[in-house]
Amino acid sequence: MKQRLPLLVFLALLAIGPSVLPEFYITLLNYIGLYAIVAIGLVLLTGVGGLTSFGQAAFVGLGAYTTAYLTTAHAVSPWLTLLIGLTVTAAVALILGFLTLRLSGHYLPLGTIAWGLSLYFLFGNLEFLGGHTGLTGIPVLGLFGFELHTGREFYYLIWLVLLGAVLATQNLLDSREGRAIRALKGGGLMAESMGVNTARTKIVIFLIAALFACVSGWLYAHLQRFVNPTPFGLHIGIEYLFMAVVGGAAHVWGALVGAGVITILKQWLQDLLPKLLGQSGNFEAIFFGILLVLVLQRARDGIWPWVVRLIPIKAAQRVVAEAEPLPHREMPALGTVLLEVKDACKRFGGLVANNNMSLTVKAGEVMALIGPNGAGKSTMFNCISGVDPVTSGEVRFIGERIDHLESREIARRGMGRTFQHVRLLPTMSVLENVAIGAHLRGSKGVLSASLRLERAEEARLLAEAKRQLERVGLGEHLFDEAGSLPLGQQRVLEIARALCADPCLLLLDEPAAGLRYMEKQALAELLRKLRGEGMGILLVEHDMDFVMGLADRVVVMEFGEKISEGLPEEVQKDPVVLEAYLGGVE
Amino acid sequence: MDLQIALLLGQDGIVNGAIYALLALALVLVFAVTRVIYIPQGEFVAYGALTLAAFQAGKTPGTLWFLLGAGVLVAVIDTVIAVRAGALGRMKRIVLWNLAYPAVVAGLVLGLEPAKLPLVAQAALSLVIVVPLGPMIYRLAFQPLAEASVLVLLIVSVAVHTAMVGLGLLFFGAEGSRTTPFSEAQFTLGTLNVNGQTLWVIGSSIVLIIALYQFFGRTLYGKALRATAINRVGARLMGISTTMAGKLSFTLAAGIGAFSGILIAPITTVYYDTGFLVGLKGFVAAIIAGLVSYPLAAAGAILVGLLESFSSFWASAFKEVIVFTLIIPVLVWRSLTSHHVEEEE
Repeated sequence: MKQRLPLLVFLALLAIGPSVLPEFYITLLNYIGLYAIVAIGLVLLTGVGGLTSFGQAAFVGLGAYTTAYLTTAHAVSPWLTLLIGLTVTAAVALILGFLTLRLSGHYLPLGTIAWGLSLYFLFGNLEFLGGHTGLTGIPVLGLFGFELHTGREFYYLIWLVLLGAVLATQNLLDSREGRAIRALKGGGLMAESMGVNTARTKIVIFLIAALFACVSGWLYAHLQRFVNPTPFGLHIGIEYLFMAVVGGAAHVWGALVGAGVITILKQWLQDLLPKLLGQSGNFEAIFFGILLVLVLQRARDGIWPWVVRLIPIKAAQRVVAEAEPLPHREMPALGTVLLEVKDACKRFGGLVANNNMSLTVKAGEVMALIGPNGAGKSTMFNCISGVDPVTSGEVRFIGERIDHLESREIARRGMGRTFQHVRLLPTMSVLENVAIGAHLRGSKGVLSASLRLERAEEARLLAEAKRQLERVGLGEHLFDEAGSLPLGQQRVLEIARALCADPCLLLLDEPAAGLRYMEKQALAELLRKLRGEGMGILLVEHDMDFVMGLADRVVVMEFGEKISEGLPEEVQKDPVVLEAYLGGVE
Repeated sequence: MDLQIALLLGQDGIVNGAIYALLALALVLVFAVTRVIYIPQGEFVAYGALTLAAFQAGKTPGTLWFLLGAGVLVAVIDTVIAVRAGALGRMKRIVLWNLAYPAVVAGLVLGLEPAKLPLVAQAALSLVIVVPLGPMIYRLAFQPLAEASVLVLLIVSVAVHTAMVGLGLLFFGAEGSRTTPFSEAQFTLGTLNVNGQTLWVIGSSIVLIIALYQFFGRTLYGKALRATAINRVGARLMGISTTMAGKLSFTLAAGIGAFSGILIAPITTVYYDTGFLVGLKGFVAAIIAGLVSYPLAAAGAILVGLLESFSSFWASAFKEVIVFTLIIPVLVWRSLTSHHVEEEE
């Protein structure tokens, strides 16, 4: 309760605002609210997802113009035009998203610049939208027979929508889909390997941001009861981005702070600067531009982290509730060939990294892949797991060809992996990192997450993550930041994450590197246990004691080719292997 | 539309296309070397054109004060850094480029009465003022963030653009300007009238493109820039300073931008915010080239120019819409041909 106090005080102040504040401040708060709704979308898109859009103002315009046109020209109910506006916005956002989101990160912002400009010119040049003069006489919003005529009345609607957006976004981020969204920035490849469709996730957040903007536009039109193209131009789209960045692009509440700060500053500068400079014009742009450069250079997280330091905000959840275990995959029978690689070749331009590699892994065995540095072992892993597909040759998984599949599809079929260079999200908790591994074992989507209708499933996912963490010996670190663990434990975390997906084949890339002796013993014990349960394990490792004590069979690679294969003791005596490792005897 | 009009529009399109080509080259260069998507490129076009116009109107251009101010700012920051690092040997360079040079330029501008000078001298003086703003802006805004992600650099880029447009309004006011043409000559080619300025634009664009080509192919600095574009870390290990490469590419971009502005100022009325749209059309061309290929960017630019001039004939109110929607088919094509999971650096 104490932790929620600042929030309650804030809500109480908001609630009594209209009864005590003069008109000017109500108007200001209304605008801050409208802008903040848009900025929240940008927090999700830019701060969390690592994408960006300069065209949000155009989406606001789409919402505003849809209702303005339909209510004035065709007398459609404003509530219906909200739905229509959302539909139109969704369609545009989907098209733009499909066009740009599969390309490198900078095509989306460039695409949105072009889109923002085009729509602005369209608004200004289409006769039926009133050209540059705009549309007037937009009807008043009515709600249960009560009409919202004044800004004071409208205030509550705006802030209710805004708080709803804050709540929905926070709920979303704290969920299965939310973890996938948070993995986009800096963890795309890992997320794909855990079964996340990152392209779809990107489109989803772009869509959400666009829909928030559309709602803000709809509210704006009925508040002003008049629209013209000016507030939907590109420079306003840029201003929305400024709000999100200045407030703190990675924090939902930062959007509110940013919208507040920029709106008030703008108001103040618009009064001050023309007097100071002796001519009129939007000179506040100079100030905002410089401010933003300084924020990005000096305090990239924006204002919100400072606010948090001043007031105690609710601490993160510290307990994982017990929940019914998730259903398990049916394991293939012991001895079944799980993985079969035949004549796999991988070329990078002229470099042949893997040449005619063949190997098999059966259920219930540990197969070790060893070889000197640069032999092509990790490349082989990437070929098998679909991260970087083979150039030619065949990869089969439980009988099915998978060499043409995306890594997330391969993950879905029951292959889990870790990475040689750990890939985790350093600022997320250990528990959440591991829960990403369980992505494919949940099914609830964005909508149920924002409305908290997926809590039962979420509890089961988190409980599973906790169970796997305890299993690998990280049970004490559930709520630590993943980046704070020593490197060896980060590798173990990756194993827990892979196990969370309930795989039948596990690819481990140097799992014992950086571990101490006792930790290696514990890891070997765990792998033996997994083998006993019928899991197949393909292991790349340099610690020969570890490998030889654990592996059932060994494949040795050098210069991208297989040079030896057999039981550990056979391989150890093979002269070719000895030469590869120790150099030949002249 | 008869042949006469088509030829006229074609001529217009090629002239604009030549300018877009120059800008697209600068954008590709800056992006390849520094990963900055250089939105403020267009502002240099406006600054170049309006500085020249101010000279011709007998006014002192505000960009001069910008140069002096930015110079002082860079000098102060660099001096603090040099003093902290105990590297006082850098001071000579710092003072020379950031304080002495702007002072000399200011002396020239205020002492010479530029309105009475020949056009070539006015143009040269404009370049002398505007071009050094490029590396100074790199120093102030981008250099401290050189290792940031493309996204952060893009946001900075937009912020710099916003500030520069605001400053443009402050320096030059809201009215547009036109300058006197380089040449009043008229030629008749069959039924087509070609004026001298057209030839100037096309000719200088070609000369500049060839010069850039020679610069990248034959000079040590050009090769250093190419090396940085291909592999930043590798180039640095070979002793190429990324800061130097960044400043040099921003200088070239500023030069190309300001010169483009001087070229178009006699043809169209330039306002303080004209540069943005012009620059963005350069971007459309650069996007056509995937932000990597110079020849494709130039070809794309001509396409953009032609599309613009013909659509201004058929649907003039919608010409901007048409030009900017051109990138949609390009994006479709690029997204269908690319296949990879992007990993943020």
